[in-house]
Amino acid sequence: MSAVRTPREVLLNRVAVVAVFVALFIMLAPIYWIASTSFKPRNLATTVPPTILFEPTVAPYVKTFVKRSQLRGPVEEEVYEAAPWWEQLVLDGGEKVVRSPSGEVKPSGYGQRFMNSLIVAVVSTIFAVSMGTLTAYGFSRFKVAGKDDWLFFILSTRMLPPVVVAIPMFLMYRVVGLNDTHLGLIILYTAFNLSFSVWIMKGFIDEIPREYEEAALVDGYTRMQAFFKIVLPEAMTGIAATAVFCFITAWNEYAFALIMTNRNAQTAPPFIPSQIGSGLPDWTVIAASTVLFLIPVAIFTFLLRNHLLRGMSFGAIRK
Amino acid sequence: MASITLSGITKSFGGNRALRGLDLDIADGEFFVLLGRTGAGKTTTLRIIAGLEQPDSGTVAINGQDVGGRNAAERDVALVLQQYSLYPRLTVRGNLEFPLRSRIRKFSEDEIAARVEKAARTLQITPLLDRKVERLSGGEMQRVSIGRAIVREPQVFLMDEPLSALDAKLRESLRVELKALHADLGATFLYVTHDQVEAMSMGDKIGVLRNGQLVQVGTPTEVYTRPRNTFVARSVGTPQMNLMHATMGAGSARIDGQPVDLPVAVGEGEAGRALTLGIRPEDLVLEGGAPLEARVFDVEDHGVIKILTLDIGPARLHATVSAKTHVALDEVVRLGWRPDKVLLFDRATGENLAYG
Ligand SMILES: Nc1ncnc2c1ncn2[C@@H]1O[C@H](COP(=O)(O)OP(=O)(O)OP(=O)(O)O)[C@@H](O)[C@H]1O
Ligand SMILES: [Mg+2]
Repeated sequence: MSAVRTPREVLLNRVAVVAVFVALFIMLAPIYWIASTSFKPRNLATTVPPTILFEPTVAPYVKTFVKRSQLRGPVEEEVYEAAPWWEQLVLDGGEKVVRSPSGEVKPSGYGQRFMNSLIVAVVSTIFAVSMGTLTAYGFSRFKVAGKDDWLFFILSTRMLPPVVVAIPMFLMYRVVGLNDTHLGLIILYTAFNLSFSVWIMKGFIDEIPREYEEAALVDGYTRMQAFFKIVLPEAMTGIAATAVFCFITAWNEYAFALIMTNRNAQTAPPFIPSQIGSGLPDWTVIAASTVLFLIPVAIFTFLLRNHLLRGMSFGAIRK
Repeated sequence: MASITLSGITKSFGGNRALRGLDLDIADGEFFVLLGRTGAGKTTTLRIIAGLEQPDSGTVAINGQDVGGRNAAERDVALVLQQYSLYPRLTVRGNLEFPLRSRIRKFSEDEIAARVEKAARTLQITPLLDRKVERLSGGEMQRVSIGRAIVREPQVFLMDEPLSALDAKLRESLRVELKALHADLGATFLYVTHDQVEAMSMGDKIGVLRNGQLVQVGTPTEVYTRPRNTFVARSVGTPQMNLMHATMGAGSARIDGQPVDLPVAVGEGEAGRALTLGIRPEDLVLEGGAPLEARVFDVEDHGVIKILTLDIGPARLHATVSAKTHVALDEVVRLGWRPDKVLLFDRATGENLAYG
């Protein structure tokens, strides 16, 4: 499609392109910053002015995953030679890898936190999206007494900052034993995302003509079968968009994760800053764990990109 | 096959009464056309028969059995809608197979393939079978919708203005095909339309629906020649029936504002009664010596016939005459009619006096 454009429109278009590039630069600069820091040797991480050219090293990534302690003196030659390459990287930085008495490497805990994040975000997203979709379908298709009031009520749960209820939630969770459990966080994040999910999905389902389902009903299908065979595939764009938003919210959540968990179910967001610890912080390790933390969201969004693009223009232009 | 009987159906949406005590009898194997303007309740009637809508009161019987307790799936009716009735993500074949794959049916794969094949052949859509439905033209889509209805071989076909989204030419050809299909299947068809040409040309019977009530049921000829009231008279026929205010005399009637009495068939209506006279355009005749004087306002040449618009005093009439008639604009002609074709309606109620 290329319509005729006046010189004025061509100029406006140029300006728009420049604006997009500026915006892109502003958005990508922090990511470049953190990514480049994650490949820097520790002594270059905080130089002023920033170091642009350097020899990249994966040492920060190694350090992210293993437990380390400060070396008291120089390493002996044989020990250094006997160490695998990644351990040498740690030794180069003036630290040694902590091992158990039987010689096994002790993990830093990041891997486990990362897994916790994945479990909590994925499961709560599945719950929020599936429950939200079913609820939205009900609100969209059936007569529900007090429908508007219910919808407003659902939305109103989003109106106060969640942190406000953090302390009461913490106390209640302690009583029922949900503190520091995956289930506890999953319930919290599901509840938090549900209102959003219901509203977004209702918008999408309202757009799907009822005639499709009615045709299926007349064709000999039950309401449930019609829902799964007809409505769900049509609602895929909406589901994808909602899933991405819910996933990002759950993945990035910090305050509740910090308060409600400490060891067993702690997610990555509260863990990453906790590595700063005392003394001189190793920013390269923080950067490396942050970069790794960005990857799942990027992959998830990338996989759903086609649905997302269609989802954004939904309602305006379809097909 | 099946008959359909609706008795005393009412349905309101909020304060809006869509159907008010609708009674309808459709015989087995009939092609019944429900004709009505927009908002008359045509779609609502179909949806109630299909089981997609619950009536507020009244009963629906298919083949003599009350189907009030059966859901849409169990009623064994097929529905063809004006639009949106095809599943967008499936191919044409997928759409045709869809109703056959329902769990309440349990057809074997061979049976499904055979039925799809047959339906596709009937509707000449075999070459389209593996296309996605989104890419089809309007006419092709409607063929597929009809195909999806016929694969199941249901007792009853319900069609809600299936042709109204198509262009005139296609509409005409599908009209013929649908009639042929009806003759072929022998099933009961209930066809809903607001297009009187469709109604007249397709229906074995026409039911005229107005504000949720049936005004008249009859064959196309009955409805055309003996409309029950002025509403029906206006609803069928193009150009519309001429309707004029008149006053009854003895064996004659005088159009208000005209100096002469015109003969009408006697027997109905006493002298002095306020009437509306109805006369079809083709029953008006132009001839020297006819009683009325008229001025030609407009001439439309349709090839076989000409449609004249004539002014008689304050009233404006349409007359269909042979194309060989030559008249000029503003020419003054003499106009008469065939007395036995004149219909008399009560002016106040609009009822045809012949129905007493
Ligand atoms: N779901 C609904 N909610 C509210 N009002 C409705 C609903 N369905 C129909 N109506 C109303 O009921 C009346 C009859 O509607 P219906 O759709 O049966 O008319 P129709 O004869 O099919 O008209 P059309 O030729 O425009 O399709 C209309 O006044 C319509 O506004
Ligand atoms: Mg309708």
